[in-house]
Amino acid sequence: MTYEIVMGLEVHVELDVKSKIFCSCSTAFGAVPNSQVCPVCLGLPGTLPSLNKEVVNKTVKAGLVLGCNVANRTVFDRKNYFYPDLPKAYQISQLYAPICTNGRLEIETPEGPYTIGIHELHMEEDAGKLIHQPDATLIDYNRCGVPLIEIVTEPDFRTADQVQAFLERLREDLSYQEISDCKMQEGSMRVDVNLSVRPEGSTLLGTRTEMKNLSSFRSIRRAIAAESARQIALLESGGTVVQETRRFDEASGQTFSMRTKENAQDYRYFPDPDLPPVKIDDRWIARIRRTITESPSAKRARYQKDLGIPKETADSLTYYKETAALFENTALRLEEDAYRTCCGIHPTGDAALGRIRIAATLIAGDVLRLLRETATPAETLTLSPASLAWLSSLLEGDRITRASARDALEAFFAEGTLPEDYIRSHNLLIEKNDALLSEIISKVLEEQAASAEEYRNGKEKVLGFLVGQVMKQLNGKASPKDVNRLLLEHLKN
Amino acid sequence: MNTLQFEQYTALELGRLIQSRQVSSPELTRAFLQRMKEGASFHAYITETAEFALQQAEAVQTRLDAGEVLSPLAGVPAAVKDNICTKGIRTTAGSKMLESFVPPYDAAVMERFAAAGSVLLGKTNLDEFAMGSTSETSYFGPVRNPWDGTRSPGGSSGGSAAAVSGGLAAWALGSDTGGSVRQPCSFCNLSGIKPTYGSLSRYGLIAYASSFDQIGTMGRDILDAAAALDLISEKPLGLASVYASDSLGNIADVSAASASAPFAGLRIGLPEDWLQGADSEVKDAVLAAAKTMEAAGAAIVPLHLPELDAAVPAYYVIACAEASSNLARYDGVRYGHRAADAKDLQDVFVTSRTEGFGPEVKRRILLGSFVLSAGHYDAYYKKALEARCRIAAAFDRAFSACDCILAPAAPTVAPQLTGTFGSQNTSAGNAASRSGSASPQDPLALYKADLYTVPANLAGIPAVSVPCGFSAEGLPIGLQLMGKAWSEPLLVRTAALWQQLTDYHKQRPLRDPAQRGHGTNAEVSERTSAAKGGAAK
Repeated sequence: MTYEIVMGLEVHVELDVKSKIFCSCSTAFGAVPNSQVCPVCLGLPGTLPSLNKEVVNKTVKAGLVLGCNVANRTVFDRKNYFYPDLPKAYQISQLYAPICTNGRLEIETPEGPYTIGIHELHMEEDAGKLIHQPDATLIDYNRCGVPLIEIVTEPDFRTADQVQAFLERLREDLSYQEISDCKMQEGSMRVDVNLSVRPEGSTLLGTRTEMKNLSSFRSIRRAIAAESARQIALLESGGTVVQETRRFDEASGQTFSMRTKENAQDYRYFPDPDLPPVKIDDRWIARIRRTITESPSAKRARYQKDLGIPKETADSLTYYKETAALFENTALRLEEDAYRTCCGIHPTGDAALGRIRIAATLIAGDVLRLLRETATPAETLTLSPASLAWLSSLLEGDRITRASARDALEAFFAEGTLPEDYIRSHNLLIEKNDALLSEIISKVLEEQAASAEEYRNGKEKVLGFLVGQVMKQLNGKASPKDVNRLLLEHLKN
Repeated sequence: MNTLQFEQYTALELGRLIQSRQVSSPELTRAFLQRMKEGASFHAYITETAEFALQQAEAVQTRLDAGEVLSPLAGVPAAVKDNICTKGIRTTAGSKMLESFVPPYDAAVMERFAAAGSVLLGKTNLDEFAMGSTSETSYFGPVRNPWDGTRSPGGSSGGSAAAVSGGLAAWALGSDTGGSVRQPCSFCNLSGIKPTYGSLSRYGLIAYASSFDQIGTMGRDILDAAAALDLISEKPLGLASVYASDSLGNIADVSAASASAPFAGLRIGLPEDWLQGADSEVKDAVLAAAKTMEAAGAAIVPLHLPELDAAVPAYYVIACAEASSNLARYDGVRYGHRAADAKDLQDVFVTSRTEGFGPEVKRRILLGSFVLSAGHYDAYYKKALEARCRIAAAFDRAFSACDCILAPAAPTVAPQLTGTFGSQNTSAGNAASRSGSASPQDPLALYKADLYTVPANLAGIPAVSVPCGFSAEGLPIGLQLMGKAWSEPLLVRTAALWQQLTDYHKQRPLRDPAQRGHGTNAEVSERTSAAKGGAAK
C-alpha cells in the first residue's frame, strides 16, 4: 500500500525586540549567564508582569504578513508545569483567545504555488536554559521572558520539501519585516513537527506523533524520513501508532518515545489574572499595517517583470533583506546617473537597465558568494551602492573586465579596500583607444603571420590565441570586445 | 504628652503632635518599641525592625526639622503585613517556605511608605500566604486578640489588627483577598478600608489570588485608615478633604455647618434577608446602626441580592485556582525552603513543597489544581467566573438604587483560638452547625464565615469596616459599607460621619489581656455599657 504523509508545524520564533516581554531586561543573545535577569523574570514573590507593547506590535505585524485575522481583544493564559528553567512554574502563553488566527502562506513547489494554512499565531514567554555538567545542572535564566511567537499551521504538509520551503519562506518574510532574525542555529527559530501517515486517497487523519525542537533543516528532513518510515512499518506490520511526543536522535537518526498521551501533562490553562486583556483597535492594526514593506516574493516578481532579471538571480538577490536593499539602492543610483547623463531627456534609458542587470549579477554572484565564504553576517554588509553602481557602469562600458570587478569585490571583503581604490591603484581601467589598439594588433599580426594565415584559411579557433596575444601586449587593460572587433577588421584586410 | 498613653491617640493626632514638636518621631518610635515588648504575647509581629525603625524615625525627623512638608502621618510608626515585600527585610508570608526569604526589592506601597516619611516597626503575623480567617494557619504561631487573649483577632491580617488594637503600632497595612482587612478590623474594633481593586499597585504583595488581592489600611478610626490609604496611593483617591478638614459637614455638602441630619440625601441599601446569616447580636447591631443612620437623615433602601448566595463557593473556586498557580513557583530551586536530602529533581519539588507548606495552603492548592484540571474546568472554574459576573451585575443594579450597602463585616464576633485549626469551638464552626450541613471539623465552616466580605472582592468594589457595637461578652462588632468602584470618598465620609455620631471606635482593649479572664469580668461589662452609652450619644 502507498501511504501519504500528513504534517503540521508548530514554529517558535523569538521576536526581534530589545527588552523582554514582561520586564525591561535585555534580550541580547550570548550574554554572561544570569546577567540579564530581574525580580520579574525570575518570578520572585510579589512581582508582576507588565506587557512590552513592542511585542504586540511585532506579533500583529507577523499576523498581517501571514494573512491572519487580528483579534481586537486578546488574553494571556497560564500554562502550568514544574521545571527548573521555568521560575514561576507557569509559562505565560495564549490558549483561549490567541492574538492572530486563520492565516495562510503560499510556497513555491515544483508543481506550482501551494498554500499552507496558518491555524493561529500567539504570544508567549521563553523559558531559561539548563546547562548539564557531569556533577550538576546549572540554570541560565537570561532567556527567561524573551518574547516568542508560536505559529501553528494546519496539517497541510505532505512532503519534507514543502516543510523546508515553508520554513525558508517564513524566515524570509519575518526577517524582511524585522519581526525576527529566525536564526535556527541561535535558537531564534525552533520547529516541532506533528506527523501522521494514511493510505493514499484517504481523507481521514491518522494518529499523529510530535517531534519537538528540531534545530536545523537537515534534522527536520531526517526526522520526517525516520518517523514516517517508522509509522508506515508499524501499520504494515499490523500495529497502531500511539499518540505521543518523540525525540529525534541525531546520532542514530531514529526517533524515540518521550511521553505518551496517557502520561501527557495537564497544563491547567487559565486566564492570567495578572494581565488585563489586550485591546487592539482597528486604527492600531492599520498603523502596523502601514509599516509592512514589500515582501521578498513581490520583489522577485517585480525584478523579473520590470527589470528582466532571470528568476534564479532574483531569488538570490532577495535571499537577504540586506542584499535586496543593496541591489535596489544600486539600481536607484544607476537610474539617477543615467538621468543626469542624459540631461533628463531620457529619464531611464536602456543604459541604466543594462547596468542594473550587471549589478544584479554582481550581487547574486560575487557578493552572496563572498558573504558565505567569509562568513560575514548579511546585516553587517557595508558595501556601498555607490561602489557597486560604479563597477556596474564600468563593466557595461567595457572599462574593466569581469575578472577585475571580481578581484575588487574580493579585496573589499578581505581587507575592506574600496572597489574604486582597488581598480585605480591596480591600474585596471581599460584604455578606450582604437588607434593604439590597431597599432598593437598590426604588430601582433606581423609577429604571428602564420596564425593569421591559418585563420584566413578557415581555422577560426586561432582567433582566441590572437586575442590573447594582443591582451598580453596590453597587460590585460583592453576590452576583449574591442580587441575582437578590431582584430576581425584587420584579418579581413 | 505622657508617652505611656500615646496608644490612646489616633495616628493623625500623633502626626499633629509631631508636626507641632510636642513629640519627636524617635521618641514616639521608642515608646512603640517598648509597647511591642510588653505586648509580645499577642504575637502580632513575625519580624520586628527596631533598629531600622529608629533610623527611619531619625531620618524623617531631620526632614521635618528642615521644613520639608510630608504626609500628615510622617514620623508615625506603623506595622506592615508580612506578605508585603520589604527590601532587605525578610518577608515570610507566614510560611516556613519563605522563613528566610529576604526580598531584593520593595513593594510599590513600601516605596510610597518610605517617601512619605513613615516608620516601619515590623512585619506582622498572618495566616500562611494570607489563607485563613483566624491567623492560626501561620507557621509562626497564632495571633492573640488584644480584646481577649483567648480569641483570634481574625485573619488573615490578624497581626496587623492585633498590633494597632493593642497599641503596638499606630496604623497598619494589611491585604484583603476575601475580607482579610475588614474582618480583623471588625474583631478588633478597628476601622479598615479595602479600596477598589487595582486602585493601588500590588507589585510586591505576595500573591494569593491575583484577581482579588488588594492592599488595604487599618487604623483606630476611619480617618487614620483614609490618611494611610492616601499615603500609599500613587494616585490620590480624593480622601484628603475628609481626613484633613476640621469639619466633616454633612454627606451632601462638605462645607455645611449643621450636623443635625448629616446623612440627609444618602441612600443606604440594606439587604435584610442576607443579614440572616449573621449571629443575632451582630445582626441586631447592624440593624441598630441602620436605624441610627436613618434618624440622622439617611434613606434606607431595602435590597434583595440572591446572587450573593453563590459568593462563597465562587470565591473559593477562583481564589484556590489562582493560588494553585501563584504558589507553584515555590519549588525549592531558586529561593525559599529546599528539602535537605532530595534524591532527584522531582524530589526537590515534592519534598520541598511538602515540608514548606502548611495544611491549609496544601488544601487550597489541591482544590485549585482540581478545579482547573482537564474535565473539571467548565464545571467549576468557568461556572465560578459566571457567578462572579452575575454578582458584579447585581451590585451594579443595586448601586442604581442606593449609594452604599450596609452589612456586617463578619457573621460573628472574634472566635476562640482553637489550637487545632478548624475545630469545633470556633464561632464559625458554630455558624456552620447552625446551617446544618457542615461537620465542625470541616474547613467549609470557616470558608462560609467569609460570606459578608467576599462579595466586594468578587466585584472589585471598595468597602470599609467600622465598629458598630459590642457583644454581651464585650467583644467588638463591625459594620461594613460597600460602594461602587472608586467611591472611596463617599464610603470614608459616611464612615467618618458615623464615627462622629458614635464612640464605639474610641473604645480600647485592656493594656494587658493576661489580666483578664475569658470575657466575663467586670471590666468587659463596664466597656459594654460604655459602648451602649456611646450609641446613644
